[in-house]
Amino acid sequence: MTAMTSLIMETRGIVKRYGHVTALGGVDFELRDGEVLAVIGDNGAGKSTLVKVLSGAINPDEGEVLLDGQAIHFSSPLDARIRGIETVYQELAVAPALDIASNLYLGRELRRAGPLGRWLRMLDKPKMKREAQRHMDELKFRLPGITHAVEDLSGGQRQGVAVARAAVFARKLVIMDEPTAALGVRETGQVLDLIKAIRDRGLPVILISHNMPNVFEVADRIHVMRLGRRVALTDPKSHSMADVVAIMTGAMPGTDPVPEA
Amino acid sequence: MSTTISAPPSDVKPKRGFGSILQTLARPPIGSLIVLIAFCVIFSIVTNTFLAPSNLSLVVQQSVIVGTLAIGETLVILTAGIDLANGSIAVLGTIIAGRLVNDGYDALGCLVLAIVVCTLVGVVSGTLVSRLKLPPFIVTLGLLGIVTAATRLISQGGAFPVTDDLLSWTGNVFTLGTTPVTYGMVIMLGLYALIWYILTQTAWGRQVYAIGNSPSAARLVGIPVGRRILSVYTFAALLYGLGAWLALGRIPNADPNALQTANLDSITAVVIGGTSLFGGRGNIWGTLIGTLIVGVLRNGLTLVGIDPLWQDLVTGVLVIAAVALDQLSRWRRM
Ligand SMILES: Nc1ncnc2c1ncn2[C@@H]1O[C@H](COP(=O)(O)OP(=O)(O)OP(=O)(O)O)[C@@H](O)[C@H]1O
Ligand SMILES: [Mg+2]
Repeated sequence: MTAMTSLIMETRGIVKRYGHVTALGGVDFELRDGEVLAVIGDNGAGKSTLVKVLSGAINPDEGEVLLDGQAIHFSSPLDARIRGIETVYQELAVAPALDIASNLYLGRELRRAGPLGRWLRMLDKPKMKREAQRHMDELKFRLPGITHAVEDLSGGQRQGVAVARAAVFARKLVIMDEPTAALGVRETGQVLDLIKAIRDRGLPVILISHNMPNVFEVADRIHVMRLGRRVALTDPKSHSMADVVAIMTGAMPGTDPVPEA
Repeated sequence: MSTTISAPPSDVKPKRGFGSILQTLARPPIGSLIVLIAFCVIFSIVTNTFLAPSNLSLVVQQSVIVGTLAIGETLVILTAGIDLANGSIAVLGTIIAGRLVNDGYDALGCLVLAIVVCTLVGVVSGTLVSRLKLPPFIVTLGLLGIVTAATRLISQGGAFPVTDDLLSWTGNVFTLGTTPVTYGMVIMLGLYALIWYILTQTAWGRQVYAIGNSPSAARLVGIPVGRRILSVYTFAALLYGLGAWLALGRIPNADPNALQTANLDSITAVVIGGTSLFGGRGNIWGTLIGTLIVGVLRNGLTLVGIDPLWQDLVTGVLVIAAVALDQLSRWRRM
């Protein structure tokens, strides 16, 4: 690649088979620093499988994954997370009865400094509240108050909390698999704005979506999948929505080597 | 309006009217506290002995065992589980400690061993629930049978007196002003304070709530759900072991047929205390209040001279009311 923009994550020839089904048939993938990369494709094209490889949820049968140019092997999603990769799922990963700050730090609670924290394992609630508020402000994510229970929020805000959590803890990149699939138009807008805010912080985002207007609103580049391969890596400014859909469905040839079968 | 993310007040579901009253009552332990106070007021009006310090002390003394078992039960129920074996585990503890002491072994060693055995039963139930993913109801029902049978085998069927200073120490009394207080009461209240701290001030407690509230979310954010559940059942059983010690303090007698109603009473206390059987919502002080409601009811109705059957009837009504309130507030949230 060019030296101008470094690649944060890259894969070469990823193959993943489930019995006779080849979910991924040799996928090349690249994510540049600071970009929102949309991954699109028809149902069953292999988007979720690719993302599972990138987030450490599954191991590919063939091919290699590179993080910052180094070949790596994730032993688990936790391993990927430790390396700074956070994933947001379509299903809501929030505990509705807990407040926003608690949800943000769920599983990564902050303890007090000194003996209270070390010996009595005491949570640093004021700090978690303060930090949560600061992060929400930075992301320009307006919420009724950091101590509200998540169940008091709208659907978009709830998913926003999950997205914000990923943004706060990700050091390398954030992966989102259809984060807005269960949301209405207005609520989707809230999440899209958050995605932009994450990019503005300098974190690259991989966004899987079926929604073309959404993709064209936030994506810097579009990775088009078809039948387990990447068929194009396009710029939304050089291709129209119709072009991209045509490539996705096979009505128009892609820019990557076309799958043989 | 700009297109940036904004949260106009309309984004927060409005709460008002009847629903808001419901919500407040359902928020543990406010509703339960009101019920407790109401019963205390009623009994202090219709009897002139209820408020006597010695009587109030008696109410608490009689609540110590169920109150302690209910702490463990609360932890389990917070994870959306249920423990049907806690009474039988405590009885097992009393039999083990009592027999060994009567055989002449060192009392402290016997007590510790009994508590360890109780704790191990929790390890078994916790493992079956968290690793094999068996329903808690079935696991603890099975353990109830197994532990009860084991208890009968060890005791060879009969009850026997346990006369040891350490084992019955929790029944010793000192006075606070004019109020007699047992060490057992102090231990129970200390345990409540400890569990309050753990549930509200530590990550473990936070995660227990999260697991009960949304196990899938807990898993997705990386909480080791299975390990936490195992630790909950283990810790709860440790508390049941301490319950055994408190039981020997109340009645210095190891009886395989004792504490028959303790399990249901402890679940009753948890539920009346406002902890949701669906998991993830509740408050440990609510459980203490729930225990005291049952204790006050028993005591007060006895003082008034009402047939004991009414105690069970009123308790039953309270349980159903508490669960109904929980369910109603669930519907409101959906
Ligand atoms: N665990 C699995 N076992 C068997 N087959 C699988 C499994 N996961 C995915 N597949 C298959 O692999 C192919 C790619 O699936 P994948 O979920 O990656 O598609 P997708 O692009 O995410 O589709 P969608 O838009 O429906 O989410 C499909 O044919 C699917 O049936
Ligand atoms: Mg998918």
